[in-house]
Amino acid sequence: MTATTDPGQATPPLVGDPRLARLLRRGTRVRAEQEKPLPLVRQIFLQVILLFITASVLFPIVWIVSMSVDPRNLSRPDGLNLIPPGASLDAYAKVIAEPTGNPIDFLGLAMNSLKIALGASVATVFLGVLAAYAFSRLRFRGREALMIAVLGVLMLPSVATIIPLFIFLNQFQIDLGEVSFNLRASILGITLAVISAQLPFAIWNLKGYLDTIPKDLEEAAAVDGANQNQIFRKVVLPLAIPALAVTGFLGFLGGWTEYLTVALFVGDTSDWTLSVALNSMVGQFARTTTWSYFAAFSILFALPVSVVFFIFQRYLIGGLAVGGVKG
Amino acid sequence: MATAAAALPPRRRSVRLSRSLQPYLYLVPAFVVMAIITFYPLVFQVWMSFTDFGQINFRVRNPVPAEFVGLDNYVRIAQSRLAIPNFEFIRLVLFNLWWAFSNVVVHLVIGVFIAVTLNTKGLRFRGIYRAIFVLPVVIPPIIVATVWRNMFDPNGGAINYGLQAVGGLFGIPPDAPGLNLDWLRQSNDPISWLPLPLAYFAMLTANTWLGWPLNSVVATGALQSIPGELYEAAAMDGASPMQKFRNVTLPFLRPAMLPYAIYGFVITFNLFFLPFFMTAGGPFGRTEILVTQAYRLAYDLRLFGVAAAFAVYLFFLLLIVTLITNRLAKATKSYAE
Repeated sequence: MTATTDPGQATPPLVGDPRLARLLRRGTRVRAEQEKPLPLVRQIFLQVILLFITASVLFPIVWIVSMSVDPRNLSRPDGLNLIPPGASLDAYAKVIAEPTGNPIDFLGLAMNSLKIALGASVATVFLGVLAAYAFSRLRFRGREALMIAVLGVLMLPSVATIIPLFIFLNQFQIDLGEVSFNLRASILGITLAVISAQLPFAIWNLKGYLDTIPKDLEEAAAVDGANQNQIFRKVVLPLAIPALAVTGFLGFLGGWTEYLTVALFVGDTSDWTLSVALNSMVGQFARTTTWSYFAAFSILFALPVSVVFFIFQRYLIGGLAVGGVKG
Repeated sequence: MATAAAALPPRRRSVRLSRSLQPYLYLVPAFVVMAIITFYPLVFQVWMSFTDFGQINFRVRNPVPAEFVGLDNYVRIAQSRLAIPNFEFIRLVLFNLWWAFSNVVVHLVIGVFIAVTLNTKGLRFRGIYRAIFVLPVVIPPIIVATVWRNMFDPNGGAINYGLQAVGGLFGIPPDAPGLNLDWLRQSNDPISWLPLPLAYFAMLTANTWLGWPLNSVVATGALQSIPGELYEAAAMDGASPMQKFRNVTLPFLRPAMLPYAIYGFVITFNLFFLPFFMTAGGPFGRTEILVTQAYRLAYDLRLFGVAAAFAVYLFFLLLIVTLITNRLAKATKSYAE
């Protein structure tokens, strides 16, 4: 898997695998007929190993789910309970209404996270695809130097620019009549910081995809008299939709879970996001947090993005392997 | 060139001009944004690293200019003379390198082992296992880190409960000290000759849970590209399973896994979430890595000038790591082919 491969091609199919669908529909017998069956002892031996691994993968997930339905408001669970006595969804109701000690409810936190996530993903995809098109298709002076500049920033973890960004954004006191805010301490400022961290990856990822689109169609359009802008809008953009969606989702994921900048930048608890609220439920300030609330909160936090991710994983994992460089 | 352009009819000339400018028009939006919120801060950061920039220097109204201190910040970091307890620069760098290296090796071995196991011909329920094994990847890292912190809690954490359950099978009482470990804060090392705290092993466990599935996905891709005839030929020559693995499987795995391992190294080297949320750098700052330390310098201590110098160090360290790993990738590529 390399940085420039098409994300759709980079990984073998897993859940989308037609063999799995067939397996689930017709039972497991199909496989056994197609392939030489394993000797029974080896089959059992391998199944035991795989069941053990399955248990280790599922253990944290089961732990957190079963803790989240514990109705007893225990500050700590009293053991490993798959389904605690009297399981209920009370903890979910509690964290939706009042997740932290501050006067902001789950919806308010989620809206702040959503604003950052949407802002970052729309801006990075829009700006990214324009730059990616120029890098992938057009020849111009300074191309190499600019590409190295993008790649250089891509390698830097976002922590490395967060301090000067803080000071830079802090200089802007915005006064719009009644509304007056410091850009650094606002959702807008945080979104800008997230864009700054994600744009290089978006450019690189989209360029990698555009490089794999054959040029024949564009040449045909050019013969028909289309100019560069028309080719970009009418030919390249529609073909790049899968990559735009993947890059957009990965940008969304980054914004949705952004912690660093929010924790450092925001002043007011009304601008808190899900990730900052989650951190306030663990760590040194959380001696008193009831664990079932923490569990319910993390599930509500993760579920929307995890479900999308799980469904489209075969398209997303390739991009993630590259995007993960950006911490 | 200029005269030739001037000699062209006016319309042709403007077309040519717009043609040559067009690439830049596509680049302008992204690069204007990056110039303001990426490149400018980077340059500003280098300037900051030569000053004693602190809390008082960035007030919105009448800011005080920061004082120029030359290389003082760099020298203080390198000599570990900072006003933070338990800061040792060299130990930090070495731990960070070891953290990345040990993770990559463990993920790679487990990932390949499971991929090979799942690729066994005639194995049942393969698709179900593959669907389950990808679960760690789809959960946001911040949740993974906080949940594992919770599981390693000494009072009521899942790991100690799990150990007690297993210990119970062997008749060990649940209050035995070995089954009630203070995973993230215990200060004496579990292995006396290895200067790594227990928290490191807790982090390694959590990150392995998170990291092996992607390795396994990459390895599976490579395994499926191996022609079946090669194994048949090896079987005809009477090769043992071990020999088949060494002489058929490994040569196909190596070119796919090496670039991925190198990516993994850089990813893990900069992995902010685990040390920050799981151990908060503890015990005594011994599981701190460079990125979390840089963040703490700014966030907890508001030493912006020092933090800037630290980020410059981080940049050069990463550059060195990237250059070495790139060379390694090139060298091993020609070896593998």
